[in-house]
Amino acid sequence: MRKIGLLVAGVAALGMALGQANVIKIATQSPLSGPQAALGEQIKLGAELAIEEAKAKFKALGFDLVLVPYDDQANPDVGVANANRIINDPDILGVVGHLNSGVAIPSSEVYARVNLVMVSPANTNPRVTDRKLPNVNRICGRDDVQGPVGAEYAFNNLKVKNVFIIHDKTAYGQGLAEEFKKRLEALGGKAVAFVGTEETSNFVPIINQIRGARPVPELIYFGGIYSQIGPFVKQLRERGVKTRLMGGDGLDASEFVRLAGKENAAGTFYTTVAGPVSAFPKAKAVAQRFKQKYGKDMEGFGIYAYDAANVILAGLEAAIKAAGDKKPTREQVAQAVRQVKMEGLTGTIEFDDKGDNKKAKYFIMQVASTGKWEDNKLIRVIEMAAPGAR
Amino acid sequence: MLEQILALLPQVIFDGLILGFVYAMVALGYTMVYGVLELINFAHSEIFMIGAVVGVEVFRYLAPHVGNGLLLLLLALVLGGVVAGITAILVERFAYRPLRKRGTTNRLVPLITAIGVSFILQDLVRFIEGLWHNEFFLRMRTVEDLEGSVELFGGAIFAQTKSFILMGVSILMLLGLTYLVNRTKLGVAIRAVAQDLSTASLMGIDPDRIISRTFLIGGSLGGVAGVLFALQYTTITPYVGFLPGIKAFTAAVLGGIGNIPGAMLGGLVLGQLENFFGTYLPILTGGNFGTEYKDVVAFLILIFILLVRPQGLLGQVVKEKV
Repeated sequence: MRKIGLLVAGVAALGMALGQANVIKIATQSPLSGPQAALGEQIKLGAELAIEEAKAKFKALGFDLVLVPYDDQANPDVGVANANRIINDPDILGVVGHLNSGVAIPSSEVYARVNLVMVSPANTNPRVTDRKLPNVNRICGRDDVQGPVGAEYAFNNLKVKNVFIIHDKTAYGQGLAEEFKKRLEALGGKAVAFVGTEETSNFVPIINQIRGARPVPELIYFGGIYSQIGPFVKQLRERGVKTRLMGGDGLDASEFVRLAGKENAAGTFYTTVAGPVSAFPKAKAVAQRFKQKYGKDMEGFGIYAYDAANVILAGLEAAIKAAGDKKPTREQVAQAVRQVKMEGLTGTIEFDDKGDNKKAKYFIMQVASTGKWEDNKLIRVIEMAAPGAR
Repeated sequence: MLEQILALLPQVIFDGLILGFVYAMVALGYTMVYGVLELINFAHSEIFMIGAVVGVEVFRYLAPHVGNGLLLLLLALVLGGVVAGITAILVERFAYRPLRKRGTTNRLVPLITAIGVSFILQDLVRFIEGLWHNEFFLRMRTVEDLEGSVELFGGAIFAQTKSFILMGVSILMLLGLTYLVNRTKLGVAIRAVAQDLSTASLMGIDPDRIISRTFLIGGSLGGVAGVLFALQYTTITPYVGFLPGIKAFTAAVLGGIGNIPGAMLGGLVLGQLENFFGTYLPILTGGNFGTEYKDVVAFLILIFILLVRPQGLLGQVVKEKV
């Protein structure tokens, strides 16, 4: 048995070392199983659609384009293990991912070892690009803008002063909640409480705190993911607490309505970096193809993943041409991707020196009472550069 | 600060009671199995989870056909208890009994088996639900009859109908179990096997049958607790059993493992501690320690209690069996 195992490993290693001359693979990394699979699948399918549509073009250039999806399970350990497998496959020249900043940050350091380019459709933590890795780019916005955008809307438009802030203790949720709090306090508002919780079923202690909090909070801000906020809202409303609720893009999934119940979810505000199909006139046709092919509605992260994949493909095409129609190196692809300027579904995509999109879009949304995610009201779109970008 | 604490106190005690009854019912399964086999059946938290999942499925499929919410809940409780009880028997039959028959004396072997069974059951449920509904989060369907709420003592306590149901059913189950163990033939047999398995078999008791019954009783209690848990907290995942399971196990140890009234008491104490610190920690520490430290404080207190009373609150110091 052992000998066979060694033989298999040897053959596999040989195959990896050589690679195939005319195959180019693009990997996706996102949670495809577990609690956040609904969001992660959008990333995979969005990228898949873009790659399917570009296959013919790359065939003409002499390359077979293949998508290899990896499941990072929203878990940093799994993400890094996958990243090590990805860099050992020399045919993989680009990565679309991840969903979670906490996974993207350590994984992207693995990609950086071999200059493998990553374009993120969804990671909003500032540290993703603030490390200035030459291979890491994102087309979506950042938490240090998303949080403040939410705080400004709450303070200026909803006229809210006292906010009860909850977060999920992850790099994403806590980071977002902290940015929200900072701006709120700068504007003159007050964080009545700042509570972290990993709880997934019994939110009663926190709800009791909200009921007993003085001054009475006029808004609850929850930096976290729908899987936690959904049951929280259900229990909150069942217990008769009517305080308005706001969250970040972790709330941006139709699953939220199912878990919270549509009457409880209705009216919830959320900021998102991945706007809905309705916010992008150009996305309509793509969303129809998406629905036709996969039988599912295209949601925000699907659109962004589609764009992220196209950014990599545009860079790849430029790199192939620069390399004289030969397969480019990973470094060449990474450099070319950083130079890309294109019109995507989501608007102009162009990276600054850190890898942030020069002008990212932020959306303020409100959950509809119909229970249909696509009915959610787009309140406003804000276009803003990343802080400190040149 | 004191004023703020007092204003919330009745509510906190009430909510702690609800959680405490759930822990108490699950703790009974741990303590009974430990009583007869000296085995910590870690798979019990998954038996609890299976009960919860059955509850969700019964509500999903039968709610449109059964008009009466209470009848629907009764069906869910019975089915949840039965399915969980049968699963517990199967686990005993195929995972623990073969080990016992081979005369394994190493206590760690069944323990590791229990942990393994626990993982298998989690992913089995995840697999089945994934194929069946493609859902990871199962949501308990809302049924109007069970959703009412009242305010007691001039609004000091906000109570939901389902919370009263949870408490009522738990108390009935606990009383029933106490009766069964103390006043029936089966109860005598269970106690005999718990005291000394080989002597009990000399007295004409079939230990395998009694052990199997013990798993059935503990498992169904866990299953019923699961259905009530799903009703109360509404969102269920295949991994939802883990934390309540660990806490119920702690409750069993706190009460004195192997001791049935002890498990109930332990559950109620733990529920109160957890809810108390969950609500008050930020207030007591001026916001420096949030709700997330509730378990740390609750378990610190448990460690302290066990330092003073290693045998648990109601446990007796047992001499090593010879």
